[in-house]
Formats: sequence, C-alpha cells, structure tokens
Amino acid sequence: MKIRILKALLKKEVMLMKRNPIIPKIILVMPLMVMLVIPLVANLDVKNVKVVVVDNDRSQLSRRMIANLNAAAAITVNAYSDTHEDALAKVEHGDADVILNIPYDYSKRVALGGTSVSVEANGVNATKGLLGAQYVSQSVLMTLQQWQVENGITVKPAEISVVNRYNPTLNFKNYMIPALMVVLLIIICGFLPALNLVSEKESGTIEAMNVTPVDKLTFVLSKLIPFWVVSILVVTVGMVVGWLVYGLAPEGNIGVIYLATILFSLVMSGLGVTIANQSATMLQSIFVMFAFIMIFQLMSGLFTPINSMPQWAQVITYFIPPRYFIEIMRAVYLKGASIRELWLQFSALAVFAVVLIVISAKSYSKRG
Amino acid sequence: MNPIIRLNEITKRYGGLVAVDEVSLTVDRGEMFGIIGPDGSGKSTLYKILATLLKPDKGTATVCGFDTVKDYKRLRTMIGYMPERFSLYQDLTVEENLSFFASLFGVSVKENYDLIAPIFGQLERFPSRKAGALSGGMKQKLALSCALIHRPEILLLDEPTTGVDAVSRGEFWDMLSTLKRKGITIIVSTSYMDEATRCERIAMMNKGHILDIDTPSNLVAGLGENLYNAVSDDMFGLLTQLRSMPDVIDCYTFGATLHVVGSNSFNSDKAMAKLLVSGHKDVKIYPAKGNIEDVFIKLTRDERE
Repeated sequence: MKIRILKALLKKEVMLMKRNPIIPKIILVMPLMVMLVIPLVANLDVKNVKVVVVDNDRSQLSRRMIANLNAAAAITVNAYSDTHEDALAKVEHGDADVILNIPYDYSKRVALGGTSVSVEANGVNATKGLLGAQYVSQSVLMTLQQWQVENGITVKPAEISVVNRYNPTLNFKNYMIPALMVVLLIIICGFLPALNLVSEKESGTIEAMNVTPVDKLTFVLSKLIPFWVVSILVVTVGMVVGWLVYGLAPEGNIGVIYLATILFSLVMSGLGVTIANQSATMLQSIFVMFAFIMIFQLMSGLFTPINSMPQWAQVITYFIPPRYFIEIMRAVYLKGASIRELWLQFSALAVFAVVLIVISAKSYSKRG
Repeated sequence: MNPIIRLNEITKRYGGLVAVDEVSLTVDRGEMFGIIGPDGSGKSTLYKILATLLKPDKGTATVCGFDTVKDYKRLRTMIGYMPERFSLYQDLTVEENLSFFASLFGVSVKENYDLIAPIFGQLERFPSRKAGALSGGMKQKLALSCALIHRPEILLLDEPTTGVDAVSRGEFWDMLSTLKRKGITIIVSTSYMDEATRCERIAMMNKGHILDIDTPSNLVAGLGENLYNAVSDDMFGLLTQLRSMPDVIDCYTFGATLHVVGSNSFNSDKAMAKLLVSGHKDVKIYPAKGNIEDVFIKLTRDERE
C-alpha cells in the first residue's frame, strides 16, 4: 500500500462524488427528510382509545368511573350500550376499541368482594388493544381505590409503581431518534460504495484501473474512506435536527458517537464493497444489498426489542453489526454512557470492521 | 533479435467455449505487430492475458522477460494497455484524467510529456473539458495518452480504431508510427483488414487460433489464387449464379464488386458469356489483385476444408 497512490485515488473519488448530479444531494437531503418526518409518523404511542361502556350499575361509583375515564388523556368514552352484544357490535364496526363492563349492583357488592368489572379489547391491532385495555383498567382501578378510601372500606394496597428511567415519559421519539441515524448510515454507507464500485465495472473504468500498479487494499480503502466523512456528515445532520426540532441532545460524549459512527461506516461500506465485488451489474448489487438491509433493520432491535425475540433469533442478532451501533447510540443518547461501559459493543464493531475490510480486499479480484 | 513477447501454447476457456486455442507467437522488440480477426476470434482474451488481467488455463506467456502470471506486479508498470471499451473517467476533465493516471504510476505529466506531445497536442486546446464530452477520435487520443504516460516499453491496443471515423483512424495510425520510431513495441488488434497493412507483421486469428503469421506483403504474395472482379446490373443474382458454377471455388462481396476465386479451369470469357445468356446486363469479369482480406477468406476456407 502506498500513501501516494491512496491520495491520488481519494482525490479522484472526491472529484467524482462532487460532480455526481445526485449523490451529494442524497447525502444531505435524505438525513434531513428522515429525521424531520419519521419520528413523527413512526410513533408507537397509543392515542384516542375509544371506549364503549356497558353500565348495568348506574350508581354514583359507575358514573364517577366513566367521568374519570373521559378525563384521561388517551381515552374517550364515545358510546354507551345497554347490552354486551350491542357493545360487541360497536367494536366490530370499529366505533370502539375497548369495552368496559360494569355488572349489576356493582357498587353495593364491591365492598363484599366477589364481583368485578371486566375490560375487553379489540386485539386486531395488538399494540392498541393491549395498551388501551391497560389504560382503561388503570383508570378504573384508581377510581375504585379513591372511592373505597372515601367510603372507609379497607383495602389491601396492591399498587406497583413503575418509573421509566432514562426516558421518563416513555417518549417514543427519544427511543427512535438515535436509531434513525443508524438506519441512515445503514442505507447510505451500505448502498453508495456498492453502487460506486459496480458503476466502475459497468462503465469499464475498472479495466484501466486494473492494469495500474494499484494494489487491492489501497483500491478498496479508496472506496471506504470517503464514507468516514459522509457518515460523520450524516450523523451531524441527524444530531442537529434531533436537538433543534425534538429537543433531544445526547446525554453522553459526542466523541463516543463519532467514533462508533466511523467504525460502523467501515462495517457497512466494507459489506457494500464485498457485495459489489461479486456483482456484475448495479441491479444485482442493489438486490443483494436490500436483503441485508431488511434483515439489519428488522433484527437489530431497531423497532422491536431484541429481548422479545425468540431465543434462536436473539443468538443471530449477535452477528448483526447494527445491533451494537444501536445499543451504543441509545446508551450514549439516553443514559450518557461512556466508552468504558460500551467496550463490548465497540470491540464487536471493530472486529466486524476489520473482518469486512479484509474480505472486501480479498474478494476484489483484478483477474478473471 | 530477442523477442519482447513470447506466447507458448496459450489456451483459455470460458466454460465450454475455447476463446484462445493453443496460440504461440513471438513479437520482437520495437515491432508493430497486428492481430487481425473478426469479432469473437479471441483477440480481446489474448490481450487480457498479455495485460496480466487473465490467467491462461494452459501455456505460458512472457512479456519483457517476465511471466504474466508470476511477475504481474512488475509487468504492470511496463505495459500500456488500452482496452477495447473507453475506460477513462467520463466525469473527469482531460487534464484530470491524465494527471490521475500519471500519479498512479508515480510519474509526473511533465517528465513524460515529450512522448505524448504529438498525440495530446490536439487535446491541449480544451484541458477542462470532461472526457465524456469528447468526440470518439478525441477520446481515443486521450486514452492513448493515458496509456503512455508512464513510458511503457510495450503498448497493447485492443481495437483502438473501432467506432472512430476514417480520418481519425488514419491520424491514429500515423501516431502509432511515430511511437514506434521512439522504440515502443506496439501490439494492435483490428477487425478492419485494410488497417493491417500498416503493421510490420500480422497474425490472423479466427475462432481462437492463429491461421498465419507473416508480413502483410508476404501474406498477399502467397495468396496464389485465380482471383477476378465481377460486376453486373444485378449483383445479388450474380453472386448466387457465380457460386453455383462448378469451376468457381468461392465468390464473395468485396466493396462495390464481387471477388471470384476460380479454379484452374475457370475462364472469365466463358463465364461472362454464360451470364449474359441468363439475362445479366453490363457483365464484367476481370483479373483482381488480392489483398489481406482475400488472404483471410482463403485461410478460413482452407481451414474449413
């Protein structure tokens, strides 16, 4: 490897990238778009849970329960039914998500025990059903406890207090923003180097390149290094938008984020170059890259927690590099973790980077 | 003379297709050597082997005394290779392309400018034009300049004049002659038979093997055929009818006329009379001088038989 040759190659890459009509725009516009739009739409918070009440009690207690339900932020009581069948029909028509059943003489019998309200939820949208039923039962339980205290009925306190540390309001945006930057890097640092190399094959420039004394590693590095700069740019745009628009700034050191970014950009661009080495056309490389990106996005813990995957899938996630980068980003952003606590993730990323660079250099063949 | 290129029974297969079949040849230092053959005759594969880009399945190839497989790293600094396809960066300017390739070889444009001056001189007028915006002939000149910038001992040109207009082609061959005078060995391939006479020696290739190697004049002199030109008002009818005559060995179009290869018993007057009877007008059959194309057609015909 010669520094002089690497310099000349890098100079050429920069000139070509600057003159490309699309690539520089993608590098700037895509992070902006993703960071401005996705946190608002890819939101798992459940709002507007519609409740239908079947009130067979018609007591002071039941009225108070309904009033308190209506007062809760995410819940609206939008229908009343006389019978359970009628309520079910409303759920079926989509007029309600959750049914609250208050049995006959509930307020009289509740002191004696042996009776209870029931909550049923529409499970078609699993998240909304689960969270909606939870919200309703919490509200009902609170009203009941207040009522019991006021009426001097002694109850065993069965309260569990949950405090969400690091993301106290369980704001989904705080969870998504660090991860979205990972998505951006997966796409930009994975696709662009692959397309760049395959376009050299398609335009034939690789033939003139192959007869020069440039060795494999130097050539491959000239394809990877520009993406350090690109990845740092992308993450910077992401962090600035996260801070200005959503008020979310990293708790920890920005340097840790940048270090992880450079390592991860090497991993992704190494993968991109490896795929490009095996592809003859852009279409081939795009298809293969898509397969990897699908798996990376769905199995890296980006949208769904790794802990809730089946055991065998959890084992697979150890071989998915973005998993470590997402862990680093979330830990630094939300917990303010330092590199000492994240050494495991950092070393995993470093190992992936070295292995992929070696594979991409080895698989690049000048000869047919 | 010590040969600068020595190919010894080189064979290269792509799957079941034999692209190059036991090719042996030598090229002397300072020679202008042509490889002539139709598309698909294995010329480009042979070039890739010489340019160290392809390993032969069988046989050995040495260039400048180095083996193309073992010493490929040394060789790459001695070879100037111009692939069939334009392979410079279209988005870089004329000047940027030249200095890019110079820096890859660790030379400066200035120190080797004398070599490329006759070629690059015409491009100097627009140094900041993008390579992709050049005309076909200009592209070839730029590609040749880039292939020469490191002062190679040997220049491998794979169909350099394909897709270039006739005037530019003539200019291009003049430039090659200038380079040859500077002591550079030039291996050039073409599918234009008329260009072959500009080479000192030529190898005729067909279907992966070499039909013959000699100087163009020796090849033409050795043709030894009873060759005639034939014209009439109905050229296609003439072609089919001449082909059906028993004392005609072969008949093929040659520019605006037909070339007729007659057997010893062929008599042009008798043939003309026969054609006039069958309705042809303005029939003329007269002796023709053979050229390289006739040699090539003869050699492929001999091979078939």
